[in-house]
Amino acid sequence: MNNIINDMRDKARQLLAEGKVDVVIGYEKGSLPLKATPFFAHSPAEVDSLIWDETCENNLATYVAKTPGKKAIVAKGCDSRALAVLLQENQLVRDDLYIIGVSCAGVIDQRKIVAEVGEILEAGINDGKISVKGMAGDKEYLFAEVKDATCQTCRYPNPVLEDVHLGETIAVSQEAPAFADVIALEEKSAGERQDYFKEQMSKCIRCYACRNACPLCYCQECFVDCNSPRWLTGGVNRAENLFFQAGRVLHLAGRCVDCGACTRACPQGVDIRALNRKMTKDVYTMYNHEAGISEDGKPALNEYTTSDPEQFLVKE
Amino acid sequence: MGEIQVEAENKKYEPKIAAFLCNWCSYAGADLAGVGRVQYPATIRTIRVPCSGRINPLYVLKAMANGADGVLVSGCHPGDCHYISGNYVARRKFALIKSLLNHVGLEEDRISFSWVSAAEGIRFAEVVKGVTERVSALGPNNGIFKVVDDGGAAADE
Repeated sequence: MNNIINDMRDKARQLLAEGKVDVVIGYEKGSLPLKATPFFAHSPAEVDSLIWDETCENNLATYVAKTPGKKAIVAKGCDSRALAVLLQENQLVRDDLYIIGVSCAGVIDQRKIVAEVGEILEAGINDGKISVKGMAGDKEYLFAEVKDATCQTCRYPNPVLEDVHLGETIAVSQEAPAFADVIALEEKSAGERQDYFKEQMSKCIRCYACRNACPLCYCQECFVDCNSPRWLTGGVNRAENLFFQAGRVLHLAGRCVDCGACTRACPQGVDIRALNRKMTKDVYTMYNHEAGISEDGKPALNEYTTSDPEQFLVKE
Repeated sequence: MGEIQVEAENKKYEPKIAAFLCNWCSYAGADLAGVGRVQYPATIRTIRVPCSGRINPLYVLKAMANGADGVLVSGCHPGDCHYISGNYVARRKFALIKSLLNHVGLEEDRISFSWVSAAEGIRFAEVVKGVTERVSALGPNNGIFKVVDDGGAAADE
């Protein structure tokens, strides 16, 4: 892991010194334990702040379009898939982009740790073991125990798009995605599902952290902010929250790369992924499409075939 | 996009269904049903859209939020779109909308999609009859999207 950080800093230093890029987007140590924060290195002197470990949970593709000039970006598998979708949608210029690819074994789900030890006071990562000192006690975890849910079923730990690769690649299974979590929910009755989402949506405070963390939510004006027509009244209640979340998921249909950034960004612990995963599964099963696995290609809803499934039509 | 008023009268329940009809086929089909004096329940509130491809998923959600008991979306048959491919693109969107909304617990029959051509006046009446029957069976929208004054608390009881 240390070698990757050194290589990353060397590469960033070289790119900035040679003037190939104006800024390197990566991660630095955050102000809270087990948190990394996005970092923008503008000069070779700054690159020593760059880090790479299991706390680098943000999807950096979010920042690329907002950052002017030529940029290099540290990209995990999911970051690179988001970049691929943004390129497909002409939101980025490939020539302005230098992708430093790193293979990612997954990121830590802080919520699992906080649930057991309370607020994290100190933490250290050594050889895949995470030792945490919390308000309510100390504990040592194996990385696999606290891996984020989205990383546990990750099929693209290696970048799909990169200009240079640092470190080793991770072997992945070539099996079709299983969607066990979605199927478990689908097998429940409609009433149970309704109750589940009611409970989830009553937690939402509509802070829009999910929208802001999402690399693919880049609308100039989000439908929730739109005054004419006014889709939402602005009140925070379960029904409107579901309107927002369902609307967002429908906007992400065939585009979501399942990076889990929305769920990790949520301060309320809303299971946003349950909606996104369902959509990802539907797009995969109906149209055999996975978002952002290559630079060319189109999002699923920009294409059609004459033989698309039609079972949803009325019987008459 | 005003509120759909809920009648308090104690007569036989008649659902209110927002019907999004494409200008070139289904709207003309509804027109033909009218010209031909074909009887069908007066439950739909027609909203004419240029093409089924114009349907924004938010239209469906907003209709449900504003208290519609059901939504019917109808366009030209695949291959007959006035804009060549509008309904093909819409078809993918519709399948995903329907599947997602069912997943979050909205009843299967609240939202209906169909293709009705300009020549199918009688079929249009049958579609409306069928949709009305199924929505009536479900009863009024007290569903998960409806925005009511108490923030959805009444629906929780």
